[in-house]
Amino acid sequence: MIIGIDVGGTNTDAVLLSSSGIEKKIKEATDSADLFHTILSCFKKLLDGVDLNRIQRIVISTTLTTNAIVQQDMNPVGMVISAGPGINPEFFRTGDQYYCVSGSINHRGREKAPVNEMEIEDIAQKMKTAGIEYVGVVSKFCVRNPSHEILIKRILNKHFKKVFLGHHVSGNLNFPRRIATTHLNAGVFSLHKTFFEAVKNSLTQMGLSIPIQILKADGGTMSLESSMSFPGQTVLSGPAASIMGAIPYAPKKQDAIVLDIGGTTTDIAFLVNRAPLLEPMGIQRGRYKSLIRSLQTDSKGIGGDSVVRVKDKELIIGPDRKGPAMAFGGPEPTPTDALIVLGLMPEGNIENAVKGIHQIALELNLSDTDAADKIFKKCCSIILKKTFEMIDKINSQPVYTVHEFLENYKISPRKILLLGGPAPYFAKKIEELYHIKTIAIPESSVANAIGAALARTTCEISLNADTEQGIVTAHEEDFAEPISKTYSEDDLIEAAHTLLKEKAMNSGADPDNIDDVEVVEFQKFNIVRNFTPKGKIFRTKMQLKPGLIKGFETILLHP
Amino acid sequence: MLRALNKTGLVFFPAFDWAIDPTHPEREERLLYTQDQVTEEGVFDISGIIEYKPEIVTPQDIRRAHFCVPDEKSITTESHLISAGGAKAIANAVMNKEVKNGFALVRPPGHHSMRVSHGGRGFCHINIEAIMVEYIRSRFGLKRIAVIDTDCHHGDGTNDIFWHDPDVLFISLHQDGRTLYPGTGFTGELGGPNARCSNLNIPLPPGTSSEGYLYVIRNCVLPVLEEFKPDLIVNSAGQDNHYTDPLTNMNFCAQGYAMMTSLLKPDIAVLEGGYSIEGALPYVNLGIILAMAGIDYSGVVEPDYDPDQLRQSVSITDKIKKTTDIVNAYWKERDELRQKAGTPGNFEIRHREIFYDTDNIFERQKENVRICRDCGGCFEIDSSATTGNHILGVHIPINACKSCIEEGYRLFDQADKTKFSQIILQDRTKDIYEIKK
Repeated sequence: MIIGIDVGGTNTDAVLLSSSGIEKKIKEATDSADLFHTILSCFKKLLDGVDLNRIQRIVISTTLTTNAIVQQDMNPVGMVISAGPGINPEFFRTGDQYYCVSGSINHRGREKAPVNEMEIEDIAQKMKTAGIEYVGVVSKFCVRNPSHEILIKRILNKHFKKVFLGHHVSGNLNFPRRIATTHLNAGVFSLHKTFFEAVKNSLTQMGLSIPIQILKADGGTMSLESSMSFPGQTVLSGPAASIMGAIPYAPKKQDAIVLDIGGTTTDIAFLVNRAPLLEPMGIQRGRYKSLIRSLQTDSKGIGGDSVVRVKDKELIIGPDRKGPAMAFGGPEPTPTDALIVLGLMPEGNIENAVKGIHQIALELNLSDTDAADKIFKKCCSIILKKTFEMIDKINSQPVYTVHEFLENYKISPRKILLLGGPAPYFAKKIEELYHIKTIAIPESSVANAIGAALARTTCEISLNADTEQGIVTAHEEDFAEPISKTYSEDDLIEAAHTLLKEKAMNSGADPDNIDDVEVVEFQKFNIVRNFTPKGKIFRTKMQLKPGLIKGFETILLHP
Repeated sequence: MLRALNKTGLVFFPAFDWAIDPTHPEREERLLYTQDQVTEEGVFDISGIIEYKPEIVTPQDIRRAHFCVPDEKSITTESHLISAGGAKAIANAVMNKEVKNGFALVRPPGHHSMRVSHGGRGFCHINIEAIMVEYIRSRFGLKRIAVIDTDCHHGDGTNDIFWHDPDVLFISLHQDGRTLYPGTGFTGELGGPNARCSNLNIPLPPGTSSEGYLYVIRNCVLPVLEEFKPDLIVNSAGQDNHYTDPLTNMNFCAQGYAMMTSLLKPDIAVLEGGYSIEGALPYVNLGIILAMAGIDYSGVVEPDYDPDQLRQSVSITDKIKKTTDIVNAYWKERDELRQKAGTPGNFEIRHREIFYDTDNIFERQKENVRICRDCGGCFEIDSSATTGNHILGVHIPINACKSCIEEGYRLFDQADKTKFSQIILQDRTKDIYEIKK
């Protein structure tokens, strides 16, 4: 049996799944001041009367790190930044303890200026004096050559509890995002460690000692141990959990939209042949941009509790929420009130709902029912408009080869999968308005916990071979080997495959669930100097795609 | 937070799967290190920098600027169409006011491509700036456009396409033609009889450094622009003036390029040549992008940059000053020079021989232009090439006067079909391109 728990901002959802379906499901209010208590209480309820030996897998998704960022409750972190030529690194300052140091590596990974060890020693003293315990070290182009980061770490190691290095974060180039991501990992590390060690100990005391898997923002899992180096990857795993929960209902070989309609916001995501689309670079939310692999989701300020108002005879919905719907004691009319007035939703206090909608109806010079219908339609059309805008944006992403330009895949969704409280009421209306097959997915209120429970391990590796310099590297994995001039693209792909499987197994993957490998990127170039070929550059990125573990998809499909 | 002062659009199309041949300077790897640098710097994350996807140009787009022989499809690959489409995408973004300015980092380049194109010359098959300029004129109705070509090689293709056009000011700064391909672009080459001094050529001696380039920009290009009052400034931003470029002999640097860009303030920059793909392009391109976006570029310096080694000699400085004086003197006399250039209504004939080094084609041209004081004048080009093709192209300029339109149609109608493999009319006033049946 499998346990999936998704600790959300408002509610915590948990499920116990067996090969015959959902054994237990729980929804509890999240105690954001004590997430540990919330998780334990879920475990106790799920495991009550269950043979512990039958539990094979535990996956947890939490808002722990997300909360820490939002509430600015992170450890103070010292950052040592080696930039070399380019944009002034002061623009990416993370706080007081941010030091730009000498040394430079170029785009080929060649050292252009050395590290000044005295300077680093000096900075170490300053950071110690300031009470810093955790440090991030990031050098520009460290993914091509991490030697400066490693050297700086060697100097700092004895002074600090843990030193985080930029090149471990991702194989992708992007210095500012690498700084932000390294800072995040260092900043939430002790919180993450303390929390999950407590969870693990409590489970052990209950007699449950199987490894815990943690859900990441890319909809995949990692083992508790590997999460310790990259706690930042757990940010925004909540939306990922929901999207993963929609996969069993997505059509094969077609594109689908996933809409998670909540109270305040609606999350939008896409599935292509049942695999979620990933952000090309990493999570971004407003000004915050990172290299954390993530599903491509966007959160828009419209949901069941969005405020409905009339301004200059125009109906406006959201983006703010002032409380629950009036039918549930809130202060302002909302789309939920409209659903109740229309008789679609049999809950809440109908008189209060009517009272709210009536104000709007007066201002629009409509009957209550017409006003409610107008609100409902408008709400659907706002959600769909945002969705189509996102599709346009995804479809206009730049490409860099003639082949990709001509073969460019464009997503064109054939089905909409709805999640969240009001989902069943919206499904019919959206289908009627937009003529796209729309369903509210079964068990939609715990789909997120199901998604977490069934998510498989994901990972990505970036491998570069440079036959002129005679080396193949995946610095993210601390991998570097000499190669000959005759190293071929087949050699590269084979090496990448081996590394990927190793990484997956080290992250706690189940050997039965590591074959869905995809070559995300492959490039090769001749290196020519003075008109003679000097070697070749091969680059590849390979990933274990986000998806569900084998054998459990069918149990969820209801007739 | 890092924010662009000017909203800047970028098209980045490195065509990683296209090369003239595997060891040619114009090959797949050319923009690889630029992409690495720009990606690592997080340029596409900067608020106010917007990346656009290139478009693909249509035969109709090409036919505004070229007579392609035998046709567009035969002398281009998709890569050329997307490269020109990159410039077009930036033009759309700028003209629709989505961005203040834009830079198309595309390849292959285009500025050696002339109005008649039988194939590749100087790595160019179709002229990406000229196609863009003609698109802007037809689509958005702009009248006066300035094209400043800062590639190290003379922009002889663009020079040729706008040779008779008084509404397009073309200025080329380049290494002296006596020492570098294509061997043209001397100060006396000033444009056709109807457009004297709307082509200015500023040859610079080998060894010119930032000091020299910026001197010419400040003391010639900017004052001329000030008087020409263009509606749009385009920069053909070649990067082969760099001190590490393997094909040229100049001493320009990333800081110099960025400063030049800040001075020129182009609305649209289009990448042309530049073959020092590791040592120069990553830094020069970054410098230009930051300068266009109005972001501090003082940290963009090549790792091996040594200003003392790159300093230009006094004799070079003197030569540059003299050249600048000559060009400025021509510009001051432009009205007189145009008045003196032939009798209106008469035709002036020009014979030329053109060699296509990339595709090894030899072309002979006889051009016949109507002298006109009211417009750029219609003209016909009789072009035969070693490929066996022999065409007659008749061009009526976009702002043509009534007489030149009539005269253009007369030339087209009277042309003898038995003498040419194709007779083509390019009537820019109606945006039509007609092949005589």
